[in-house]
Amino acid sequence: MSDPLGLIFAPGFFESSPVQAALIAGGIAALVSGVVGAFTVLRGQSYAGHALADISVTGGSASFLIGISPLWGFAGTGVFAAGVMDMIGVRKPRGRDLATGIVRGAGLGLAALFLYWDATTTNTSGVAITVLFGSPFTISNGVIPLVAALSIVALGIVLVGYRPLLLSSVNSDLAVARGIPVRLVGLACLIAIALAVALSALTIGTILSTALLVGPAATALRLTSRPGWATALAGLIAVAATWLGIVLAYDSFTWPPKHHGWPVSFFVVALIFAGYLLAQLAGRDPGRRQER
Amino acid sequence: MISPRARAAASSANSPATDSRSSTDVLVVDGACVRLGGREVLHDIRFSLGSGQFVGLIGSNGAGKTTLLRVILGLQALAAGHVSIAGLSTAAGRKLVGYVPQKIQLDADMPVRARDLVGLGLDGNRLGIPLPSRRRAALVDEMLAAVDADKFAGRRVGSLSGGEQQRVMIAHALISKPRLLLLDEPLANLDIRSAQEIIALLAKVSTQHQVSVLISAHDMNPLLPVMDRIVYMAAGQAASGPTEQVVRGDVLSRLYGSHVDVINVHGRVLVVAGTGEGLEVPAEPDDAGVSVDPGHDLHQADPS
Repeated sequence: MSDPLGLIFAPGFFESSPVQAALIAGGIAALVSGVVGAFTVLRGQSYAGHALADISVTGGSASFLIGISPLWGFAGTGVFAAGVMDMIGVRKPRGRDLATGIVRGAGLGLAALFLYWDATTTNTSGVAITVLFGSPFTISNGVIPLVAALSIVALGIVLVGYRPLLLSSVNSDLAVARGIPVRLVGLACLIAIALAVALSALTIGTILSTALLVGPAATALRLTSRPGWATALAGLIAVAATWLGIVLAYDSFTWPPKHHGWPVSFFVVALIFAGYLLAQLAGRDPGRRQER
Repeated sequence: MISPRARAAASSANSPATDSRSSTDVLVVDGACVRLGGREVLHDIRFSLGSGQFVGLIGSNGAGKTTLLRVILGLQALAAGHVSIAGLSTAAGRKLVGYVPQKIQLDADMPVRARDLVGLGLDGNRLGIPLPSRRRAALVDEMLAAVDADKFAGRRVGSLSGGEQQRVMIAHALISKPRLLLLDEPLANLDIRSAQEIIALLAKVSTQHQVSVLISAHDMNPLLPVMDRIVYMAAGQAASGPTEQVVRGDVLSRLYGSHVDVINVHGRVLVVAGTGEGLEVPAEPDDAGVSVDPGHDLHQADPS
C-alpha cells in the first residue's frame, strides 16, 4: 500500500488528455444540469426536460452528417424545440403535455431518419451509441469553449432570473401580480433546460441526460428545505457523480468481461440513483422539519 | 388609533352627497365593464375603498369576483370605465397592491420554506440571487410574527395546513407595505376555526398596517362582524354600500333580476331565491343609501 490513491486513480489518469477534457466538460455540464435541474423539478417540468433530451437526438445525429460537433446539434435543436413548445402552449398544464408530446414525436421521427443515414452513409461507426449514451473520452479540447459559453448562458438564466423564476414556480398568479413576465420567465427556463440536457448529452448521452437533470435535484430537495441550498447542492451532487463516474470508467478498463472499459454514463446514473436512495433512507420527512 | 370601522362610519356620516373623490380613497372602481368573448362579464361596477376600510366582495361562483380582482390588479383590460389605485392607474399602482391568490399548489417536497415565500414578497421581482442581509431577515421575521407564522417559519410551504398557508400568503402580500390588500376566496377550503382566525388576523393587520382590505367570499356571514362595507355581486353586476343597506330583499332582487328574500337567523344572513310568484321589483326604489360610496354617483344595480 505505498500509494493508496493509486487504487482509486489508475496510473495515467490525470496525465491523459481525453480524461482531462472529460473531467472539464463533464464537470461543467454536470454543474449546469444540477442547478437547472433544481428548477426543472420545482416547476414540475421533468417531462419537458425528458422530451428536450429526446429531441436533441435529432440535432446530434444530424451534426454527424454535416460534420460539426454534436453539441451544436444537441443545443440547436433543444433551444428550437423549447421555442416551439412555448408557442404551442407549455404554460397550461394540459397544453404542456400536449405541446411536449407533439414536439417530441416530431423530433424523434427526424432522429430516426438521421440515425439511419448516419449508419448507412457516413463511415463513422457507433454514431448512435455516441448520441444516445455519450462518449466523454472522445470530447475534443476544441469543444470546451463552446461548453463554457453555453454553460454561462444556462447558469446566467437561473442566477439572474433566480427570484422571478422561484416566485413564478411557486405560483404564477403571485408572480403576475408583481409584474413579473411569467411567459418570458418560463421560456427562459425552458431554454436553460434545453442547454443543460444538451451539455450533459455530450458526456452521458441524450437518453441519460435527464437522469443528471432530475436525479441530483430530487436528492437535494430531500436534504434541504432552502431553495438556494437545494439548487447549489443539486449542482454539487451532479458534479460529484460525474467525476466519480469518469474515475470508475477509467478504472474499469482493467475490469471483466473484456477489458474494454464500462461506459461512463452507466456509472454516473448508478451513482445518482444510489445517492437518491441513500437520501430517501437517511432523511426524515423534510416536510415536517423546521429549517431556520 | 381609529379603527377602520370607526373611520368608515365617520366618512359615511359626514359626506352624504358631496362631489369629488376623497383623496383618502385607496381604490376607485368607476363604471367598470369587461367583455370576454363577446359576453359582458362585468357591467358598470362602481365602488370605492377608503383608507383602512375592510370590504367584502360577496357573490357566488361565476358572479365576476375574480374578474374584478384581475381588473384591479391590471391583468384584465376594461371595455369601459376606469379603475384607479390611490389616484394612479392600475399599472402604476401595482406596487401599492398586495395580492393573495385563491390557492397555491406546492408539493410538500418542494424546498420553499414559509420564510422564503415571505422574502419573495419583498423582492421577488428583482433580478439576481438574494444576498444574505440582516435587514431583510429582520423584516421577514417581523412580518412572520405579525401573522403568527413564526412557529412554522422554517417549514416547507407545501407541508402547511390551509390556514397556515393563508397566513404565509398574507405575510407575503403585506411585507411590501401595500395600501390595498386583495384576497381571492381566502376562506375557501378552511375549517370554521381557521377561517375565524384568518378573519381576525386580517382585521388586525388592516388596522395595524393601515391597509384597506378587499376580500372575496361566497359566504358573507363570517365577515359580517368585521366588514365596513359590502360589494355584492351577481351575474357581473354589483350593489355596494354599508352592509345593512345592500343586503336587503329589494336591493338584491333588483341585482339578481328575480325575487330573492334576505332572511336573518340568529345574526346569520341567508339569501334565498324566491318562488318566482309575486315577483315584484320595486320600480322607484327609495334606497338612496345603496350608493356606491358617499360622494359618488348613485349606483344602480339595475342598468335600466
